[in-house]
Order: sequence, then structure tokens, then C-alpha cells
Amino acid sequence: MNGFALARRGLVYLSLSIAAFVSVFPFYWMIVGATNKSADVVTGKASIGDYLFNNIAAFFATVDAPRIFWNSALIAVVGSVLTLTVSSLAGYGFEMFRSRFRERIFAFMLLLLSIPFAALMVPLFVMISAMHLTNTYAAVILPGIASIFIIFYFRQATKAFPNELRDAARVDGLKEWQIFLFIYLPVMRSTYAAATIIVFMANWNNYLWPLIVLNTAENKTATLIISALTSAYTPDYGMILVGTVLATLPTLLIFFLLQRQFVEGLLGSVK
Amino acid sequence: MAQARVDSAETAGTWRLAAPSRLGRGEQINGWLFVAPALILLAIFMIYPIFWSLWMSFQVGKGMNLSFGGWANIIRLTKDPVFIRALVNTCIFFFVQVPIMITLALLFAVALNDSTLRFRGLFRTAIFLPCVTSLIAYSTLFKSMFAFDGIVNKTLMALHVVGGPIPWLQDPFWAKILIILAITWRWTGYNMVFYLAALQNIDRSIYEAARIDGVPSWARFRYITIPMLKPVILFTTIISTIGTLQLFDEVNNITVGGPSDATLTLSLYIYNLTFKFMPSFGYSATVSWVIVLVVAILSFLQFLIARDRKGTA
Repeated sequence: MNGFALARRGLVYLSLSIAAFVSVFPFYWMIVGATNKSADVVTGKASIGDYLFNNIAAFFATVDAPRIFWNSALIAVVGSVLTLTVSSLAGYGFEMFRSRFRERIFAFMLLLLSIPFAALMVPLFVMISAMHLTNTYAAVILPGIASIFIIFYFRQATKAFPNELRDAARVDGLKEWQIFLFIYLPVMRSTYAAATIIVFMANWNNYLWPLIVLNTAENKTATLIISALTSAYTPDYGMILVGTVLATLPTLLIFFLLQRQFVEGLLGSVK
Repeated sequence: MAQARVDSAETAGTWRLAAPSRLGRGEQINGWLFVAPALILLAIFMIYPIFWSLWMSFQVGKGMNLSFGGWANIIRLTKDPVFIRALVNTCIFFFVQVPIMITLALLFAVALNDSTLRFRGLFRTAIFLPCVTSLIAYSTLFKSMFAFDGIVNKTLMALHVVGGPIPWLQDPFWAKILIILAITWRWTGYNMVFYLAALQNIDRSIYEAARIDGVPSWARFRYITIPMLKPVILFTTIISTIGTLQLFDEVNNITVGGPSDATLTLSLYIYNLTFKFMPSFGYSATVSWVIVLVVAILSFLQFLIARDRKGTA
């Protein structure tokens, strides 16, 4: 390695280290902040403090924590399971049973992908009100179940599903739904893992739509309640950061559990 | 995406030639059964609201008390300074943030794709980590870190980058910068993963051949990597375009659109029009179609630029 290459290599390591530091620092800040008084957080104290238990006590005294995390978990889990089921069925269907008409529908769906949620928000809200579903979990979950993005993702991934497997299963007399359930599903687990991360995070972090349809404190999700705490005139950051640590744990956990399959699934999908 | 569509059309063609008899009645019924649940839900929760919102955008009045107003809402748009400000802000966020993020993501992906690099997994996980945070966590964190006496100002002053604290949340200019920093922090790693995945599919021997021919590394990046990644870059830019033009969560949580509407976005304005002020559903539907229009124009331009590059490369 000559001097120039060595210097360049050094520069690569330096910029990657800076990027990694910038990416990870807020996580450190979150944990440290949860152990400090609010006054210390806003004045930039970056060392572990001794206020953690007071913050935890304050958080549980201010919000009905079990309730709001239950709401979040229920919406995220039920929403994700339904989205994965409906969207993977459709992705499989579009790829495995091609017809000219369905291809047209699929192309039309891709066009719809570019229509932002803001354009649907108002009529959706009026619809949900007319169905008397405001302030229910169903109102939050229903509009997101058929996700064009996830259908597209599953269709792309299905292209890699070996046809021989399907033909063999047919020869063995399996019905189409059995092929999907017993052959396709286990073979495509890394695709499902990657989609699970994407869908679960989207559901768990969903903000705008739940903000519109949920209106009583006992039905609101953790995201909504903690967000309301931060908009106070003088937010109690130490206490709020306890909440944000708790709100981040589930997505962090899902990511580390499924990380390997996530990378594999993503590789498969782009191929 | 374009690649994928060509690919599916080709295989569909050969498949039809190879086994035309397979397109039997049973096959057709099964095909519809698999896609039916999704199509029904899309029809109810997407297609129907889209047409409804188109119809609404020509209605005037308060609440559900609407009447046909023709072009009234469009005329109102041109005379509404708050709308113009929200449109300009949204465009500023798009034109500044998306190029920075895409460039950073691409550079990190190329650096991390080098198999001789040490700690690759560590760097990759670290840079991807921000997009695992919950929205609310990251908004709270940015709000507290960028407080007037907060850690960021203290660090910048200690390093003598700035003389006095920067009013991140109080100044219209710095508030925009803060939002751009926050979104870039959150989404760069997400885009990077798409590029990393695509880079793994590029045939190594192309790079080897170029290296042997003495092609310098910047030229390999410009004339091999960029053209090869073009479909993925196009895909991620369009996804980011849609995301940025719908920007709501961050601005509502970090700056609430302020100070004095400096970070007000179109989505936030629609939300305010519908749920904060006297509800005017018709007018807010019109504003939402402006987003659709801008997304359509920008996506079309991105397609054109991508096609143009193909011609020159």
C-alpha cells in the first residue's frame, strides 16, 4: 500500500467512525438522560446521574403506562399479522397466477403507491366516523392492512421461489392454500422476517393516523401519549426519556432478533 | 422497479407460450382468491377515498356542510400565504435533504462493501440503528439535544465552531436545519441497506477488469457503480420523495411547524385545516392534491434524469 492509498483508507475509517458515532450517540444520550433531572438534560449533562428511579416513578405516576403500551402492542401485533397475511397472499397470487387482467391491476396499484396518505386522510376520517369506528383499535388497523409496498415486496421475493417445489407439491395432491401454508411460508421465512421488521416498525411508530382517530387517553398508543408530554411548556425530559427507552425497546428487540434474516430477506428481494 | 417490470413481462410472455392450457378455470379462480382480500381492502380504504377526496377538493364550506365551488379552492390556494409558505418549506426540505441523504447513503454503502474493511458489521449495524428508533424517541432526543443550553450547543462551543449557542428551535433558519439533520440521521442507514444489498449483486469481475485496465477508483464509482445501482437509486429517491413531501411526524413533534410557520409542511397544514381550525374538508383535500401533483412531477423528472444518464454512460 502506498502513502496515498493509506491516507485514503484512513479517511474512510475516519468518516465511518464519525458516522457510527453520530448514529449511536443519541441512544447513549437517551439512556443517560433517563438517569438525570430534566434541568440537567436540557443543559447537556452527558454522564450517568442518580435520578433514574425518580424518573421511573414520575413516568408511571403521570401516565397509565401498562395501558398505553398494551394499546401500542395490540395495534402493532394484530396490525402486523394481518398486513403480512393479506399482503403476502396477494404478492404470491399476483406472481404465481398471472393473467393479463391481474397484471393490469398490479400496474395500477404501483401507480397508487405514489399517492400520499395526506390525500386519503380526510375522506378516511369521515368514513371511519360514518362506520362508528372512531376511537377503536379497528379504526387504526383497518386502512393499513393491504399495503401496496409490502405486496410489491412479496411479489419480487416470490420470483426467487423455486417452481419445482410447487410442481412437486401439486403432484403430491396438495391444494393451492396448502402449498402456500406448508411449502411457501417456511421456504420464504427470511422474506417474512424482513417484512416483519418493516411492518412492525411502521405500525408501532404510526403517528398521524392514530392521532386523528383515537381521542380518549385510555385508547391512545404510547407514541401519542409520550408525544403529548413533550409538547408541554416545560417538558420533564428525564421522565419522558424513561418513556422513550421503553417505547424503543420493542423495535430494537425485533431488529436484533431478526437482523440476520433481515439482511438475507433484503438481498433476496432486490435480486 | 423498471427492471422488475420488464423481467415480469418477459417471464409472463414465455410462460404463456410454454403452457397456454394452464390458464384454466381453476387457476383463474385460485388467482383471484389469493389477491381478493387485498384488492377488497384497497378498494374500500384507498380507491374509494381517493375519488372522494378528488370530489371533495371541488367543494366549499365548513364541516360536512359542503356545496360545489368549482375552482374556488384552487383560487383560494393562490391567495393563501400560509399554503405558499408550507409549499416552499416542503420543497426546501426535499431539495436539500434528499440529495444529501442519498449521497451519504451511497458513499457509506460503497465503503462498507469493501471486503477488506475491518469492523464492517459493526459500522453497518451502527449506521442502520437510527431507523430502529421509535419516532417519538427520536423526536424527543433531538428536541432535548438541540435545546438552547443543550449538549450540541455546548459541544460546538467547546470545539470553538461557534461563538455563542445556536437558537435551533427559536430561529426560522436553524429550525429548518434541525429538521433536515433529524430526518437525515433517521433515514440514511435505511437507504444504505438497499444500496448494500444491490452492490452485492454486481459482478466482482467487472471491477477487477477495470482495475487491471488502470481505471481510477473515482471513475469506477462514476462509470460502474452508479449506472449499476441506477434502478435502486431511482427506487429509493422516489420513496424518499414521497416520504419528504408527506413530512408530518418530525415537524409536529420537534418544532410544531414553528417558529412562525418556518417548518410548516403541507401535511401539517392539511392536519391543521382539518382538525385544528374550523374544519374545511374541501380546501384541505385540495391542498392534499397539490402533494400528489408535486410527487407526480418530481417522480417523472427523476425518471427522465435516470433515462438520460443511461444515454451518456
